[in-house]
Amino acid sequence: MAAVLESLLREEVSVEAAVRWIARSAQSSEDDPGEAAALSSLQPLRKEFVPFLLNFLREQSSRVLPQGPPTPAKAPGASAALPGRAGGPPRGSRGARSQLFPPTEAPSTAAEAPLARRGGRRRCPGPARERGGRGPGAPEEGFSGESVPWAGGRRLRGSGSPSSPSLALSDPPNLSNLEEFPPVGSVPPGPAGRTKPSRRINPTPVSEERSLSKPKTCFTSPPISCVPSSQPSALDTSPWGLGLPPGCRSLQEEREMLRKERSKQLLQSPVPTCPTPESGSPLPSRTGSLTDEPADPARVSSCQRLELVALVYSSCIAENLVPNLFLELFFVLQLLTARRMVAAKHNDHEPSPDALDSLENPLFQSIHDCVFFAVQVLEHQFQVLSHLDKGTLKLLAENERLLCFSPALQGRLRAAYEGSAAKVSLAMPPSAQAVSFQPETDNRANFSSDRAFHTFKKQRDVFYEVLREWEDRHEEPGWDFEKGLGSRIRAMMGQLSAACNHSHFVRLFQKQLLQMCQHPGGAGAAVLGEAPDVLSMLGADKLGRLRRLQERLVAPQSSGGPCPPPTFPGCQGFFRDFILSASSFQFNQHLMDSLSLKIRELNGLALPQHEPSDDGESDVDWQGERRQFAVVLLSLRLLAKFLGFVAFLPYRGPEPPPTGELQDSILALRSQVPPVLDVRALLQQGLRARRAVLTVPWLVEFLSFADHVVPLLDYYRSVFTVLLHLHRSLVLSQENEGEMCFLNKLLLLAVLGWLFQIPTVPEDLFFLGESQSDPFEVDTVASEHGLDSVPVVDQQLLYTCCPYIGELRKLLASWVSGSSGRSGGFVRKITPTTTTGLGAQPPQTGQGLQAQLAQAFFHNQPPSLRRTVEFVAERIGSNCVKHIKATLVADLVHQAELLLQEQLVTQGQEGGDPAHLLEILCSQLCPHGAQALTQGREFCQRKSPGAVRALLPEETPAAVLSSAESIAVGLATEKACAWLSANITALIRREVKVAVSRTLRAQGPEPAAWGERRGCSHA
Amino acid sequence: MILTKAQYDEIAQCLVSVPPTRQSLRKLKQRFPSQSQATLLSIFSQEYQKHIKRTHAKHHTLEAIESYYQRYLNGVLKNGAAPVLLELANEVDYAPSLMARLILERFLQEHEETPPSKSVINSMLRDPSQIPDGVLANQVYQCIVNDCCYGPLVDCIKHAIGHEHEVLLRDLLLEKNLSFLDEDQLRAKGYDKTPDFILQVPVAVEGHIIHWIESKASFGDECSHHAYLHDQFWSYWNRFGPGLVIYWYGFIQELDCNRERGILLKASFPTDIVTLCHSTV
Repeated sequence: MAAVLESLLREEVSVEAAVRWIARSAQSSEDDPGEAAALSSLQPLRKEFVPFLLNFLREQSSRVLPQGPPTPAKAPGASAALPGRAGGPPRGSRGARSQLFPPTEAPSTAAEAPLARRGGRRRCPGPARERGGRGPGAPEEGFSGESVPWAGGRRLRGSGSPSSPSLALSDPPNLSNLEEFPPVGSVPPGPAGRTKPSRRINPTPVSEERSLSKPKTCFTSPPISCVPSSQPSALDTSPWGLGLPPGCRSLQEEREMLRKERSKQLLQSPVPTCPTPESGSPLPSRTGSLTDEPADPARVSSCQRLELVALVYSSCIAENLVPNLFLELFFVLQLLTARRMVAAKHNDHEPSPDALDSLENPLFQSIHDCVFFAVQVLEHQFQVLSHLDKGTLKLLAENERLLCFSPALQGRLRAAYEGSAAKVSLAMPPSAQAVSFQPETDNRANFSSDRAFHTFKKQRDVFYEVLREWEDRHEEPGWDFEKGLGSRIRAMMGQLSAACNHSHFVRLFQKQLLQMCQHPGGAGAAVLGEAPDVLSMLGADKLGRLRRLQERLVAPQSSGGPCPPPTFPGCQGFFRDFILSASSFQFNQHLMDSLSLKIRELNGLALPQHEPSDDGESDVDWQGERRQFAVVLLSLRLLAKFLGFVAFLPYRGPEPPPTGELQDSILALRSQVPPVLDVRALLQQGLRARRAVLTVPWLVEFLSFADHVVPLLDYYRSVFTVLLHLHRSLVLSQENEGEMCFLNKLLLLAVLGWLFQIPTVPEDLFFLGESQSDPFEVDTVASEHGLDSVPVVDQQLLYTCCPYIGELRKLLASWVSGSSGRSGGFVRKITPTTTTGLGAQPPQTGQGLQAQLAQAFFHNQPPSLRRTVEFVAERIGSNCVKHIKATLVADLVHQAELLLQEQLVTQGQEGGDPAHLLEILCSQLCPHGAQALTQGREFCQRKSPGAVRALLPEETPAAVLSSAESIAVGLATEKACAWLSANITALIRREVKVAVSRTLRAQGPEPAAWGERRGCSHA
Repeated sequence: MILTKAQYDEIAQCLVSVPPTRQSLRKLKQRFPSQSQATLLSIFSQEYQKHIKRTHAKHHTLEAIESYYQRYLNGVLKNGAAPVLLELANEVDYAPSLMARLILERFLQEHEETPPSKSVINSMLRDPSQIPDGVLANQVYQCIVNDCCYGPLVDCIKHAIGHEHEVLLRDLLLEKNLSFLDEDQLRAKGYDKTPDFILQVPVAVEGHIIHWIESKASFGDECSHHAYLHDQFWSYWNRFGPGLVIYWYGFIQELDCNRERGILLKASFPTDIVTLCHSTV
């Protein structure tokens, strides 16, 4: 594989040709025959190139990023060995001690890597608990059991301190216990050099070279949080470890090993003051003993070589040849913010000029190289960057290294930052309200007997009692869901004898789930979601201090690195634990039925499709549509997550994935079980109807809970194949007519990338996937304007669905906090920074209370009332804009025409500069736009009540009716006025401009054409 | 009338030492002049009930019953018109109505073939003239009218007071033009739990949204409040969302701790009510 890279470096092959070759295998006619020859000889290695490249980059960066990000899988049998490296370990030898990892086959590396990756992840904001004694169940357990021997150590590390680099460094099994962890299973034929890491793992070097530096561990560390904590409760944060799998060492023992290992390392380390040169870690600035190396563009060792590799790498990213776009961006930002380079042992890397084009010389010989490379890649990825949130853009634009290496990119980022809509959404966290009692579904008539009715009455009360207790206590240290509530839940479930009661209870459960968890702001998650916004509102100086304060005060707030495991944040934890504690087969079955039905219903919802039109007022409509889409998508994701969780619950266990004959028999057994929901059909339908943007995100949530066997089943394998093809097809740079919108694509890339990192998804799937026949062709004839081509995804939805994208910002922010420490010395005394009003409940203003009252009004009313009111508001608001356009704006245009005529008469034929004329007219007429708001308000006031009255039942009580009317008026007005106040001036301007050019054209063609051109630039 | 826990404890402490008589109540009133008669009476009654609950079992042993019955028989034998049973109850520190029930039960056991049903006894207590023995009927009557905490008479008074306050609340709601569904309407619609009033359009009281109002013509002490929370208030919350409880005779301040959660306590009809504004041009 290295041969390809080398031939690139020697410029035998152009980057374009190489990328074409990687992406599409067949040589195109554009290829130079020489190139074609060079590449075709390497044909068998084609699909190993990308994993090789990614691993190569990780390996190369290991001296700056001892905790580099997970590297992707490589195809089995791929050779990542560098050619001609003297002293390299024997290749392909099974179990060679000098190798970092036993060259295992896919499953065992997969097991190792994800665990490692997860080791440092914080599971969820709520306290995870040691659920000793509970059987297989929690997904965490399921995943954690992928590899028994490794699991203990890994988990311990994670549990010791989430994302604590210092702990992570001393992972005993990784460093010293190769003997105890001999290679398992068969080795694929083919060389496997020491640089053969598997997905998501960076080799922990046992080689001399790095035994002195910090061993490279897997990427586990969210950069912000690195306070080693030794509290017993820290155990709980083990992301996947709920209960130790059998055969694992006792925790005490492991802890002891950790301690020993750590002290050993401290003794050994020749760089005593440098515990972790991990990028982005604030640790250095806290210890105050580490200064960041400055990066200097003049000292880059080999620009040309770096540029070339950056180009190849960027092209692979652009073609979606890498599994996870954001992971690569994270890696690149790590390079950008690398603090210092660990000195290599043989410090002989004076680049020999003749060997520049080979891979023998380290790619990154200094911090300067890293930063140069990172900036190069960022330049290529500008389009994606420009869609990141304002906070990230700000931090990027303010990054002094970036400014230093590419002022042009900095300028573009700054422009993007300034153009980006400030979105600090402090969405009000929904209060944990109960599902309201609706006589139509809940009264005696809906039950088979008095007893069933009264039983359900009691069950409802117990359910909420349990929920309230959970709310009060789940954050208390030492509180355990099962111990605290388990028996009460099971007693209640025991009373659910009648099937009818099960369905009643499931309905309540599902409604409450949607009510509490649909909005990402729900309880615990609110804190996570908002913290970064608070941070980006503070200046860099305060930010640094706040960080340090935060480190001291609270547990790491990171959501768990760029590829966090599936979690149940906030209130979702309650529902998960409830399901586990109830452990009721009937309940689970009813729940799956109900979730499936609801998913089908929402997935099939005819979301009104925005028809692109020139009329500005269609904006009004699809603002609402976008909101509706977001609500539906988030609900679907939540439901699908729980469906996946429950459906695969019986199959997840702590055992490692089966192999050989056992696997065959399990496959035979499982393949005849019909899927809980025909997701393949739904996916195909979704693609055909061009609604992938709705279907794929929830499907990913569902699949993220699959057990190991699932991807091996024909049914699901085909689902994955389709997803892989979809992933490849979502090339961001292609923006043709009818293509999927950019942010829609970005969302799909983000969720799919995340899915491909889930440990149960076989690592070879991504890189082998393409070889499978089954061409990805979507018959899009069915619908021209599917949801995909409507800009339904906005930045907020993207970040809500993929909070891990925020890790980029955290990484950059931690660099800032480090930097500020550097310049001003580290701050010992921490003055608390208050963020007044931000985190706290918004003050109860009169307006806020009215909004709450309006929300509350619907609570005890039948759902149809709400739908009616919202529908009326939607339509009246939209009609209002149309009306204003037809009356007020039309009048103004008419006036403009008259004024223009006058002007032309008084000034003669020449009339002066048409653009100037337009300006004069607009300055006269636009102020009249203010009337639009008054008129709009009046219109909504007049039209809404009648519509509501006509649509609600005759029997609606008067008080309810009048409240519904006034809410409809309010909503319609709000909608119309929001649009009008933002757009009326532009609308008048545009219309006047059209009128002016029309009039001028009538006067004489020449000035008109000119005017139009000039007018354009002004309007 | 909202008492702090400390204030309440002082009153309760004072009540431990006095017998459950009207005189005691008067003394209490002198001791705590700032408290209203109704509040003190309510607390008095609740404390007495707690006391009776604690001692209930000892009066219900077979020996105790037998000894009370014998004392009753001996007493009326001497003088049938004297308040034998009432004095006995006061002497052994038991509620007169309950003592009357005890003796009546014992009496009927002796004189009827089948053990008396609960409803028969209740009916006789409500109307002592149904008691086959005239002397006993008179004794029971004396007990009932002189008991200020237990018995059909007290129940009746309590019920009337409760109803009175519901009516009062209804009038206030009507006066404020807040439309509501009352308990009977709710029951007719098949609701499984029914607060006194559900507001058709929620309002905000002191900044808290409320959907329902429950009227309690008593003092809200810890014991009764917790029972109400469990049996009623949370159940309402579970179905209709946050709501308001009015303890007309006051409550212990510290119990009003679920405001954020959605249960608001007041000792009178609230004045700070915000309604959904009907937008005007």
